[in-house]
Amino acid sequence: MRHIISILLENESGALSRVAGLFSARGYNIESLTVAPTEDPSLSRMTLVTRGSDDVIEQITKQLNKLVDVVKIMDLTEGPHLEREMMLIKLRAVGDGREELKRLVDIFRGHIIDVTASTYTVELTGTGDKLDAFIQAIGETKILETVRSGVSGIARGEKSLHL
Amino acid sequence: MELTGAEILVHCLKDEGVEYVFGYPGGAVLYIYDALYQQQDVKHILVRHEQGATHAADGYARSTGKPGVVLVTSGPGATNAITGIATAYMDSIPMVIITGQVHTWAIGSDAFQEVDSVGITRPCVKHNFLVKDVKDLTATIKKAFYLATTGRPGPVVVDVPKDVTMQRAEYRYPEDIAIRSYNPVVKGHPGQIKKAVDLLLSAKRPMIYTGGGVIWSRAAESLTEFARSLGYPITNTLMGLGGYPATDRQFLGMLGMHGTYEANMAMHHCDVLIAIGARFDDRVVGKVEYFCPEAQIIHIDIDPSSISKSVKVHVPIVGDVDHVLKDMIRLLKEDLRKPDQTALAAWWDQISEWRAVNCLKYDRQSPLIKPQFVLEKLYEVTGGDAFITSDVGQHQMWAAQFYKFDKPYRWINSGGLGTMGFGLPAAMGAQLAHPNDVVACVTGEASIQMCIQELSTCRQYGLPIKIVNLNNRYMGMVRQWQEFFYEGRYAMSYMEALPDFVKLAEAYGHVGMSIEKPVDVEGALREAFKLKDRLVFLDFITDQTENVYPMIAQGKGHHEMHLSPERELA
Repeated sequence: MRHIISILLENESGALSRVAGLFSARGYNIESLTVAPTEDPSLSRMTLVTRGSDDVIEQITKQLNKLVDVVKIMDLTEGPHLEREMMLIKLRAVGDGREELKRLVDIFRGHIIDVTASTYTVELTGTGDKLDAFIQAIGETKILETVRSGVSGIARGEKSLHL
Repeated sequence: MELTGAEILVHCLKDEGVEYVFGYPGGAVLYIYDALYQQQDVKHILVRHEQGATHAADGYARSTGKPGVVLVTSGPGATNAITGIATAYMDSIPMVIITGQVHTWAIGSDAFQEVDSVGITRPCVKHNFLVKDVKDLTATIKKAFYLATTGRPGPVVVDVPKDVTMQRAEYRYPEDIAIRSYNPVVKGHPGQIKKAVDLLLSAKRPMIYTGGGVIWSRAAESLTEFARSLGYPITNTLMGLGGYPATDRQFLGMLGMHGTYEANMAMHHCDVLIAIGARFDDRVVGKVEYFCPEAQIIHIDIDPSSISKSVKVHVPIVGDVDHVLKDMIRLLKEDLRKPDQTALAAWWDQISEWRAVNCLKYDRQSPLIKPQFVLEKLYEVTGGDAFITSDVGQHQMWAAQFYKFDKPYRWINSGGLGTMGFGLPAAMGAQLAHPNDVVACVTGEASIQMCIQELSTCRQYGLPIKIVNLNNRYMGMVRQWQEFFYEGRYAMSYMEALPDFVKLAEAYGHVGMSIEKPVDVEGALREAFKLKDRLVFLDFITDQTENVYPMIAQGKGHHEMHLSPERELA
């Protein structure tokens, strides 16, 4: 099953490599991983998406907790949560196709953030599924470049991951 | 008081109560060596190879329960230390390894003797640090010792660039330290402990299985009280030997791949199993599907990730083994219920039958020296009270089977990583820690050659270790597997052109003895142990064909254990 694991870790050099190293050493898979400092500059927040049986996920959370640089973790998929991913996508936009692309971007509630005579660069945020659907709707031939941020997640309601 | 980084480092070691540092100098650590040279409190032991330094510090730690300390230079100094660091990591041994590093301004430039020590050691340490500022040095060393010795112990590497050892800073060693992300659980959950006690008292065929966690939690006494109060049978893992007195009648011997028949059969048939400070290693468990098929399992461990990792347990208890055992003992004393004596008597009758198989029996009439015989005699001659280190292979298993350890910290071997070359340097650490005690290294002619250079270190510091070399001219365990599983194709497991170990020992300034007949074994051992101030290399020429029995083949269950072929049960 797919799990989204949120990790608060010391904002120190090498902390990221400890997490990444743990996953490769123990053969766990990483679907996506994002990391950036939080409002407390001594802490980084990481969102990690992985897949595995319940036993594997239990080991992953235990092994993560064992890392000295990991301060706190939460498996977001255990409760109601929100997940978002941001994508920047550069599209070939020429002739009649330009208008059609513009409409599609609007339907998906994206923004065109850069324009040239032959391209649009679109910013789109949503769940991974939504981004996949947009890519499919556009069609491969028009895509020049995609950049996806990987999933960021947060628990719904009062529940929060903090010190 | 303002000191240089090098002086600060040495002061930290002194304030941590460090007696010995095992190391080897080099460019990046010259300031540290200069500071060591100018004081008397922390003694330095100069090894001949950095692997030797790590194993010696490890042997010091395993024989005392205190952390071992290593000092090596950057680059090859650090890479040579890796095997010893990984060895300590696999067996959860507290060590602090200080590696020199190139100047901070040269890091990342492929400088002379530069290696990314933090990166290269990361998968085999509990934690590691790169000190970039002399102001952080004191707190980092304090953290390193704290991390190495608390919770589930392990090695911690501190990488110190050369310029950090030159810079000056104020020195004051912190009394204690807190790490917000690191708070090992000591006390077990009372509800879980209660559940475990209920389960233990309901058992008809109980079994106690304990590992190295008992040793490191200093819980041998509590374990003995716990096991005796219940009267239940007990087995130790390879790492747990000495955690319970081996001469006690409740002790069934070691379990696992080369464990005793009675221990493995009792594991297979028990209905309640309590695992204490043991991690269900593959050499212990065999095939997971066949493991203790009828048992409800209780597991006490300080490391939550050890629980239900390979074998699912029913009552997990996270906590320090000694602490949890003491809680259990108290609950058992207060409890009005007692173990079911009728069921227990029947269980012991069954165990006695398994014991009567006498699974460790070997041919005593052989004209060749049987390795088991040497170990029996070693046990007798040392009165069962020596510090025994071993290398890895057949001799290691025979030592574990035939030397009965009644006390913790006496049995020192590389269990998890299985590092050949461990025995001799580990014996150096043990002998330095216990100068008035008997230290013997049980080894084979293949293993001993992996760190043979340390004979020179032994000479320099006058370490009177007794080396018991079981010389069968083969990598015995490799040969055994080739005999069993590769149709007798002994690929590269025979050693031609072995050195004359007697002359080799003499060349290093020690005493060498060669023993070729069973009748001479005891006399040679007695003679060797009489030479109290000399290292003696006893080269026993043993039966080349001897195999370690009993044996559970890889991927089989405890009930599928084999005795020696001539004695195989129908």
